[in-house]
Amino acid sequence: MQSKPKVRFRGSEAANGLLMISPTAIYAILLLAAPLAMIFAYSFMTDGYLKIIPHFQLCNYIGECHSYKDVNGVMTESQTYKGVWSDPLALTLMWRSLLISMVVTAVTVLLAFPVAYYVSFYVAPSKKSLWLFLITIPFWTSYLIRVFLWKVILGTGGPINFGLLELGLIQEPITWLLYNVNSVVITLAHAYAPFAILPIFVSLEKIDRSFLEAGRDLGESPFMTFWRVTLPLAMPGVISSVLIVFIPTIGDYVTPSLVGGPEGKMVANLVELNYKKLDNYPLGSALAVSSMALVMAVSLLFLFLNRRFLRGNKR
Amino acid sequence: MTSEKSTAADQTMIEFKDVHKYYGDYHALRGITATIKAGEFFSLLGPSGCGKTTLLRTIAGFEGISSGVVMIDGKDMANVPANVRPTNMVFQSYAIFPHLTVEQNVGFGLRKDPRSAAEKAKAVAEALEMVGLKGYGARAAHALSGGQRQRVALARALILKPKVLLLDEPLSALDKKMREQMQMELIKLQRQVGITFILVTHDQEEALVMSDRIAVMFEGEIAQLADPETLYRRPNSRKVADFIGTMNFLPADILSEVDGKVEVEAKGFGRLTLDAEQVSVAPGSSSASIGFRPETLTILFDGQTATDRESKAEVVEVVYYGDMTYYDIKLEGTTEPMRLSMRNVFGRPVLDIGTQTRVAWSPGALVLFR
Repeated sequence: MQSKPKVRFRGSEAANGLLMISPTAIYAILLLAAPLAMIFAYSFMTDGYLKIIPHFQLCNYIGECHSYKDVNGVMTESQTYKGVWSDPLALTLMWRSLLISMVVTAVTVLLAFPVAYYVSFYVAPSKKSLWLFLITIPFWTSYLIRVFLWKVILGTGGPINFGLLELGLIQEPITWLLYNVNSVVITLAHAYAPFAILPIFVSLEKIDRSFLEAGRDLGESPFMTFWRVTLPLAMPGVISSVLIVFIPTIGDYVTPSLVGGPEGKMVANLVELNYKKLDNYPLGSALAVSSMALVMAVSLLFLFLNRRFLRGNKR
Repeated sequence: MTSEKSTAADQTMIEFKDVHKYYGDYHALRGITATIKAGEFFSLLGPSGCGKTTLLRTIAGFEGISSGVVMIDGKDMANVPANVRPTNMVFQSYAIFPHLTVEQNVGFGLRKDPRSAAEKAKAVAEALEMVGLKGYGARAAHALSGGQRQRVALARALILKPKVLLLDEPLSALDKKMREQMQMELIKLQRQVGITFILVTHDQEEALVMSDRIAVMFEGEIAQLADPETLYRRPNSRKVADFIGTMNFLPADILSEVDGKVEVEAKGFGRLTLDAEQVSVAPGSSSASIGFRPETLTILFDGQTATDRESKAEVVEVVYYGDMTYYDIKLEGTTEPMRLSMRNVFGRPVLDIGTQTRVAWSPGALVLFR
């Protein structure tokens, strides 16, 4: 015989709810939380070249660390390396990644806003879905191919240089377009444009048009109405766009390795180097955790500065 | 009417001259010509789609016109954008900015006001007090009820001292009690500030209660423009009569017409003569009918006699409303039931269906539509 509370739980709303979310929850735990926890744990361990020694240490983050190597069954010190926050190279790359993703975010969101505004305010309602569909077309090609295409477009023999040469505007191909920070920014801004457009579009769509008429009615010009009414009401969308672009770009790996050149490398490239070529999982993990912490800190600061736009605006 | 009002009433505040508005092929306003006086409480009344909101929006400047002239206080409003017109609007949805507090909403239009911040804050507080929201200034807009939003919208518009206040179905979102309360408050407020109020509504009762004058609109045209009493007692067409309150119609035959006086015969009423002012002529109409309001016929109880005329009738339906009883009666010789309303008096019975009775009426309360 079953006890009463058990019977109640099995049929209860809470049980149904848990049952419903359990596939997603299991998936999230296995594929997200567990790997994250592993990386976090690795970042405090000791590098044993082809294996990881479960010896706790903080030097992967700060100070100097020793790598160990198996020499005839005995773990011997092989080399020393600097922890993430003590290593000038890692700091440079993190700083550069932060800067690049900030610039990418600014460029993307600033370019996305007019597009979203146009679609929301000037496109006939019946044509809006067509426009949104067209905006997502770049997604039909793989990200890798799009990056390669930018490589062609920006290259010395690409259409930009060809056109400028033909027009006689330049005497020799310009080289500052490719294999540096510029090309990374251009490529990433293009790749993330739809992600930035959609949230802004949604928040603009939600604005009751009578708010804009009220702004005009109360004596404000179209521009001031935009500034005092439309923009503040669209801010939740802008904030989402900023985070959606900023968070993944800081860890982007494909774009900097293909079009970044030596001066366009980002922190993810260093993580890759440590994981694959150097086989130093603890340092790679510490780098990953550090850049994650950086993203989180910047995002939280950003949210804090914009908190007044995120209060419940229920009508 | 107060004395200030009658002095101001001579001035014209708004003038429409043959205003047309097309949306593509759709002819939304079909030659509106009307004058709204300064200090007047004016209503645009009509069913949805009649163009009343469009007309209001041409005053505010949200809607351009295809041809004609809209003048406010003697100035042609062509090419005058909404933000510089001397009008303010209370929107149907109230349009209270959700990202601002109550006082920020009310003070929204004061940005260019040269007064000091302290003086503006005082003006905001006064405006809030005027609409009965004293002490609500710091509240978030989304924490307000429908009635409170309405008041904020009023304060936000009135603080700018517009020449004309436009109200776009402001009471339609409120429940009945609240609506009746706000009607009285709006009337008081309008008398207090003396600003011209223009109200758009589809609720005939609301228009009758609140307005000095009403323009009844159908299909982009003004069907009748008159004060509430004239509109109710002497509607100029069956359509207006039908839209405002209840009106019964009895087919009638015109016998003769002398000096505007019309002699008619109608089953149930017999022969009677009507004055010229009781006759509404609709162009293209072939049949004539007599119209009368439910309260213009009175049931005669035992021993009562009519002061003017009386007819025999049969009760076919009874609807009891507490203070009133509605009877459907058939006048002798007619087949269509007519609606009649009687105020209930203590000690007087409510008649049963099938009762044979007599009704008293007076030819002066009838209208002839031909």
